[in-house]
Amino acid sequence: MTKRYLDYLDQLEAEAIHIMREVAGQFQKPALLFSGGKDSITLVRLAEKAFRPGKFPFPLVHIDTGHNFPEAIKYRDELAEKLGEKLVVRHVEDTIKKQNLSEPVGRYASRNGLQTYTLLETIEEFGFDCCIGGARRDEEKARAKERIFSVRDEFGQWDPKRQRPELWNIYNGRIAQGENVRAFPISNWTELDVWNYIKRENITLPNIYFTHERECLVRDGKLMATSDFIYREPEDEVVTRKVRFRTVGDMTCTAAVESVAYDIDSVIAEILDSKISERGATRIDDKLTETAMEDRKKGGYF
Amino acid sequence: MDILRFITAGSVDDGKSTLIGRLLFDTKQIYLDQLEAIESSGRVNEDGEMDLSLLTDGLKAEREQGITIDVAYKYFTTPKRKFIIADAPGHIQYTRNMVTGASNSNLSIILVDARNGVQEQTRRHSIISSLLGIPHLVICINKMDLVGFDESVYNQIVEDYKQFSKKLTSKDITFIPVSALKGDNIVDRSTAMPWYDGPSLLEHLEQVPVSQDFNLEDSRFPVQYVIRPHTHEHHDYRGYAGKVISGIYRKGDKVVVLPSGQTSTIKSVELGGKELEEAFAPQSVVLQLEDDVDISRGDVIVKQEEELDVTKEFEALVCWMNAKALKPGAKLLLRHNSTETRAVIREIQYKVDVNTLDRIEDVDQVQLNDICRVQVRTATPLLVDPYLKNRSNGGFILIDETSFTTVGAGMVAIVSHESELNYMI
Repeated sequence: MTKRYLDYLDQLEAEAIHIMREVAGQFQKPALLFSGGKDSITLVRLAEKAFRPGKFPFPLVHIDTGHNFPEAIKYRDELAEKLGEKLVVRHVEDTIKKQNLSEPVGRYASRNGLQTYTLLETIEEFGFDCCIGGARRDEEKARAKERIFSVRDEFGQWDPKRQRPELWNIYNGRIAQGENVRAFPISNWTELDVWNYIKRENITLPNIYFTHERECLVRDGKLMATSDFIYREPEDEVVTRKVRFRTVGDMTCTAAVESVAYDIDSVIAEILDSKISERGATRIDDKLTETAMEDRKKGGYF
Repeated sequence: MDILRFITAGSVDDGKSTLIGRLLFDTKQIYLDQLEAIESSGRVNEDGEMDLSLLTDGLKAEREQGITIDVAYKYFTTPKRKFIIADAPGHIQYTRNMVTGASNSNLSIILVDARNGVQEQTRRHSIISSLLGIPHLVICINKMDLVGFDESVYNQIVEDYKQFSKKLTSKDITFIPVSALKGDNIVDRSTAMPWYDGPSLLEHLEQVPVSQDFNLEDSRFPVQYVIRPHTHEHHDYRGYAGKVISGIYRKGDKVVVLPSGQTSTIKSVELGGKELEEAFAPQSVVLQLEDDVDISRGDVIVKQEEELDVTKEFEALVCWMNAKALKPGAKLLLRHNSTETRAVIREIQYKVDVNTLDRIEDVDQVQLNDICRVQVRTATPLLVDPYLKNRSNGGFILIDETSFTTVGAGMVAIVSHESELNYMI
């Protein structure tokens, strides 16, 4: 009997490419949501595999809270330049002014939640019918139940009880006027799979993913990078530590972890050894209530 | 390292969530913060052990009601394999969720409560696994601790199950006595059951052969997207992007494009702009052909030697997934790989009793969670295979024409070769 063997990373890659091409084939106006984090950087590499030597059939879209790590923004611009692909950036700052939204205040103030408004505005502005995102099911329990093609209503809302059954690798992207779809090609990847793929593909990442000395505030036992945007009280303890970021999001809600991991191999070793989950270690926003992610998704979040 | 995708079916009472929790916990996939979240929720069982089922019940409504309402996906890795678990609820009204989870699985874990033996639910989950073409079944006889780890209890259940399983298409069936709660035979072999000399559940999951589950015999390459760069460097480039859903493709292979019937030869097999020696299932690649043929999304590239035909008529098993009943004459959208076409359900032949596999004749409509055998006719010709011969080319979904929701999952049973198209050729 004929025998062939496909390594797990090749299988995951093949599945993700297939999903991206289904998006390209089924939708009129797709977009790829790009944050400058490792998951969306992985999506970009997968898009190259899916569509080269052609152009991407979608622009990269970044919803910029204005509170991002400068390193991630620099990386974003350089990558779009190098790829020769279109980059659309829309700013939470502008949405706040336009819609007269209240800027969150207080100890946990973050514009992370406001991104939803800007995202929905951007979807409307360009008429995007599908947004590709880098969410993974291993990240969080609400995400564990979301479909690969996740239909959102015109308010961007996710209704977990009304999800479409999703069978084999057949994705139903049919939508009514005003609805849109979020497509998640790396749903079945874990944090470690992403890192192993980055290693195999020799992908360069923003340097904040690796160890560096940084001035941080100690908040609820977590290290938050000091910046002009973070709420600060006089008695807040400020320390300088060797840290890296395990996820890269908004500076106000993404914590650093103490680390001496200086390259991909040492990061992988560190994750294998870690006793805390990725979002548990780094995300302030998930900690606020037990169902924080579920609630945000229902409200139109990624 | 490869991937094993498996489904766990069963209700909370069978200890299914506990079993998954145990697999994740004992393979160290659970992190401290997730454990703390369980501890702080204060749920422990009567022995004061942590309620590991909380790890899998994700949504607010589920935690409030203590039930699982939807398929949840969980992941763990050992040095030998990456595992993807589709965790499906076991209540009868959730057949559709089990069908969904089973569609992508190569192995099914079916839990039997040692105190109750083979129940209606055991049979139902086995039958659905079998109908969905899952090649490997593992029957975990759970709660062995509650029957004193008694070998005769285990043997009786195995005997009963074997009697029943003769009618299933899944032929690789493995029995393992376990206690998910205590961890016996889950990761490590139990010391409480020296009479059992087989592998633990995890050992079995690590070694069950899955690479042969991909069909490498029948070449099927549905085109998803056509790559035309229109650049100076790639002026005449035309690449057909798709996934090899079965078979193997090499440069120089003589191919036919269906449904048009045009022929050509493969000029190159590529991935990410680099040429490959060959592509095989389940790789996603780009094919270039020697001749300038008209190909678009939904066409299928197959090898000439296979003498294939497209059809507009076939019989199929359909699992109905919508609250609105299915009636003969229903018009729906049918999506098969990258093709979408209109379809009509010409006749409902019979319903399948998922507890016994018996046929229920004379049905005039099909309700949510029913599985039935139907005659389908499509508006455009399709290249379909019988599902049990080629899982990746025999499944399709049915979509409501106005709400666009997925209302049915279909598995081709018999392909009719009496179609008009045949007469034309």
